Amino acid sequence: MLRPEDYLTGEPAWCPGCGNFAIRKALSQALAELSLPPHRVVVCSGIGQAAKMPHYIQSNGFNGLHGRALPAALGIRAANTDLTLIVESGDGDSYGEGGNHFIHNIRRNPNLAHFVHNNQVYGLTKGQASPTSQMGMVTGTQTEGVLAPPLNPLALALVMGAGFVARCFSGEAEHLKETMKAAITFPGYALVDILHPCVSFNKVNTFKWYRDRVFLLDDHDASNWQSALEAARQWGERIPLGIFYRVPRPTFESAVPALQGKPLAGQPFNPASLSRVQEEFL
Amino acid sequence: MEVNVLIGGAAGQGMETVMHMLGKALAREGYLFIATKDYMSRVRGGHNFSRLRIAAERPWSPVDTADILVAMNAETYRLHEKNLGRDGRILFDPARFSLPEEEGRGLPVPFEELAREAGDPIMANSVAVGALWALLDLNLDRLPGIIEESFRGKEEVIRGNIAALEKGYREAASRCENCFAMPPAGTGKLMYIDGNQVLGMAALASGCRFFAAYPMTPATGIMTYLAGKSTAHGLVVEQAEDEIAAINMALGASYGGVRSMTATSGGGFSLMVEGLSLAGMTETPLVVTVAMRPGPATGLPTRTEQGDLDFVLKAGHGEFPRAVLSATTHEDAFFRLNKAFELADRYQAPVLFLSDQNFADTHRSLEPFDFSRLGHNRCLAEAADVEKPYKRYRYREDGISPRLLPGTLPGEVVLVDSDEHDERGNIIEDAKTRRAMMDKRLKKDALLAAEMDEPGVYGPGEGDYLLLGWGSTYGVLREAVDLLGREGLKGTLLHFSDLWPLPKTRLGDLFPRAGKTFCAENNATGQFAALIRRETGLQVDHNILKYDGRPFFPEEIAAEVKKHAAT
Ligand SMILES: Cc1ncc(C[n+]2csc(CCOP(=O)(O)OP(=O)(O)O)c2C)c(N)n1
Ligand SMILES: [Mg+2]
Repeated sequence: MLRPEDYLTGEPAWCPGCGNFAIRKALSQALAELSLPPHRVVVCSGIGQAAKMPHYIQSNGFNGLHGRALPAALGIRAANTDLTLIVESGDGDSYGEGGNHFIHNIRRNPNLAHFVHNNQVYGLTKGQASPTSQMGMVTGTQTEGVLAPPLNPLALALVMGAGFVARCFSGEAEHLKETMKAAITFPGYALVDILHPCVSFNKVNTFKWYRDRVFLLDDHDASNWQSALEAARQWGERIPLGIFYRVPRPTFESAVPALQGKPLAGQPFNPASLSRVQEEFL
Repeated sequence: MEVNVLIGGAAGQGMETVMHMLGKALAREGYLFIATKDYMSRVRGGHNFSRLRIAAERPWSPVDTADILVAMNAETYRLHEKNLGRDGRILFDPARFSLPEEEGRGLPVPFEELAREAGDPIMANSVAVGALWALLDLNLDRLPGIIEESFRGKEEVIRGNIAALEKGYREAASRCENCFAMPPAGTGKLMYIDGNQVLGMAALASGCRFFAAYPMTPATGIMTYLAGKSTAHGLVVEQAEDEIAAINMALGASYGGVRSMTATSGGGFSLMVEGLSLAGMTETPLVVTVAMRPGPATGLPTRTEQGDLDFVLKAGHGEFPRAVLSATTHEDAFFRLNKAFELADRYQAPVLFLSDQNFADTHRSLEPFDFSRLGHNRCLAEAADVEKPYKRYRYREDGISPRLLPGTLPGEVVLVDSDEHDERGNIIEDAKTRRAMMDKRLKKDALLAAEMDEPGVYGPGEGDYLLLGWGSTYGVLREAVDLLGREGLKGTLLHFSDLWPLPKTRLGDLFPRAGKTFCAENNATGQFAALIRRETGLQVDHNILKYDGRPFFPEEIAAEVKKHAAT
C-alpha cells in the first residue's frame, strides 16, 4: 500500500500560503489512491514555480524548458507507452511560451494529464501578466494595466476537440484530487486548469477572490459539448468548477502504428538484421 | 573514359522522374556515376537541371562540361549551350523551340509528339529518357522494368510509358548510331541513393526509434525516408508544429529510452538551440542533423553552403560539451551518422551532424553497405549494478553517470533537470555543487576529443601545397588534387569528417611539411580555417571560398591552387 507521504520529497521553495502546496498534496493523494508506484510515473514540466513540481513529488521527472513540457512529454509517451505521464506547469508556461504546443498537443491527443497551475500571473519572474491575467491588472510591466482580454484555455481546448476538460480550485482539495484521478485515468489528453492564488504577486485574484466565486457544477452532462462550452465561458461573479467535458476520442498512441506493441524503450535491436532495407535502392 | 550529361527543364516537366529512371537503370547495369541536382525553390516553371557523370573509375564530383545536353525547354539550351564540349550533342524537341541555324550539334527528337502517339503528351519525359538511352548506346531491356516498379498497378500508364520510351529510343538510335562510347559497366547491381536517403537509412539502422522534425529544405528528405519506414520498422516519425517542439520531443523520447534524432536546416536549427542547451544540461543523448543551405534568414532555400559551422560549434547558451561530425562521402556518412548515435549514448551529450544541400541531393551508384559494421551500444546502466538510491547525475571519475531509463527499476526514479542540479537531479543554487556539476559535464570534452577521427589524407602527405577541407567537398577537392597532379603540381588533401573537438594531430604533422596551404570552403568568411587557427595557431595561406549557393567544381579549386602555389 502506497501512502500519499510516499510521494512527497524535497522541500518546496514556494511562498507560505501558495496554492501550489495544495496541488502537490492532492497529486500525492491521487497517485496513492491510484496505486501508481513512483517508478512508473513521470512528471514532466517546464519552468516556473508550478513547474518545480518534479522536485517535490517522488516519481520520475523531466524538468525541461520554459513552455516546452508538452513536446517533451510527447516524446516520453512515444518512447514508453507503459509509463503514467503527468505534465505540471504554470499558466505562463502552458498557455504563453508553450501556446503553440498546447494547441497542437490537443490535436494529437496523447495519453497524459496536464495540470495547469493557473495563478493568472508569472510567479517565478515576480509578477508580470500572464495570458490569463485579468484586463486592467497593473504590474511592473503592464503599467497601464493588462490591455488584452485573457486567454480562455478551457474554451480553446474544447473548440480544438480536447476529450477531457476540467477546472479546479486549489481550495477545493477533495474535488481537485478526484478530478486529478479522473484525468490521469482518462484515455487521452486531459486538461485540468487549476485556479490558485499567488500570494506574492497576484493581489487581484486572491484566495478570497476565488473562494467567493467558485462553485461546483452539479447536474452537468459532461458528454454535452455545448453545455461544456457554456461552462467554460462562464467567468466573473460566478466561476464553475468541475469536469466540463469527458468524451474519449482516438489517441496518439492508438493511431501511431509503431506504438501498438510493447513500449519502444528497451526493445532489443541488431543493426545487421536491417541490411535488407537497402534492396529498394538496388 | 567518361560521359557527362546535363538535363534541364522547368519545374513540373517531370525531371525527377527522368533522373530516377536513368539513375536506377544505370545503377542496375553497374555503372559508376554521380548525379547532382540544381533546382529552384518553386513548384512550377523556373529552371532546374541535373548533371550526370558516368565514368570508368568512380567519379568523385560532377564536372562543368557536358557531352550531351538534354534540353526539355529553350532556356536549358540558352543557359547551358556553353557547357557543351566540341563533340557534344543537344537532344531537344523541335516542337518546343528551334536551334540557331549555325548550331550543328542538334539532335531533334519530337518528345511531345511521340508521347502523344504513345497515348499522352505528358509522357514526353519518358520519350526523352528513351532517346538518351539510345545515345548512350545502352540496351533498352532494363528500362521497362523500372517503369513497371514506378507505376505498379497502373497498367495503362505502364504500357503508355514503355511505348513512349521505345519511340524515343528508336527515333534517337536511327539518327545517331554509336554516338557516345560508354565506359565499361561493373559486374553487379549498385544502389542508386542520395545523401538524405543515406542518412535516413543510417538513422534507421542505428536503431533510431523516434524522429521529430519540421519540414525544411534540404533536410526534409531524411524525414521522408524515415516516415516511409515507420510502420514496417516500428519507429515514430512526428511532424512537429515547429522546430522548438521537434527538438524537445526528441529529447523527451531519448529520456524515455529510445535513440532519437531531429533534422533541419539553419533556420530551423536557430529555433532549436535552447533545446540543444537542454540536451547539454540534462546530459540527454541526442543527434541533430543540420543540412546547411545559404543564409542568413531564408537565404537560398534549395542551394548549398557550409556557412553554419561556427553557429553549430557554439549554438546554445552556456558551456557544455558536444561533438560535431560532418557528411563527406555517402559511405562515410552512413557509418559516421551511426557514430553520432554511438557517441551521444556513450557520452550522454548532443551530437551534431552537418550535412548540406550538396550532399543531401547528390545521388550516387554505390555498393550496398556492410551493416555489420554498425554499432548499437546504448551504454545503459544494468539494473543489477545500480548503486541505490539511484542518482541520475552521480559523480564518477570520468564524468559519465550511469544512465537508467525511467520505469525500469522498482523503487528508483530518474530525474533530469534544466536547472543546475545535484546528483539526484534536484534544483540547486549553491556554488560548490554548481562548480562540481560544470566540471563533471565538461570532462566529456576530453573524452569526445579522443573519439574524433583524424582527417583523411589524399596524396603523398607533402608537396607543393596542402589543401584543407571538410564535409561534402571531399569529392571535388580530391578531383582537384588529381587535376593538379596531371598538370605537374603535387600536393595533399587533408579532409575532415569529425570537426569538433577538432582533431589536431595530422594537422600538426602535415602543416610544416607543406608548401602553400589552402582551405576550401563553401562560405564567405573561411570559418574552418579560422577554427584551425583558433585551435592550433596554424594560419592557412589562402582561403578558397565560394558562397554563391553553388558547389565547387574541381577546375575552380585547381585554378586557385595553381595561382598561389607557384608564387
Ligand atoms: C525561454 C525563457 N523565457 C523566459 C523565462 C523566464 N521565465 C521563467 S518562468 C516564467 C513565467 C512563469 O509563469 P508561469 O508559467 O505562470 O509559472 P508560475 O511561476 O506562475 O507558477 C518566465 C517568464 C525562461 N525561463 N525561459
Ligand atoms: Mg503562473
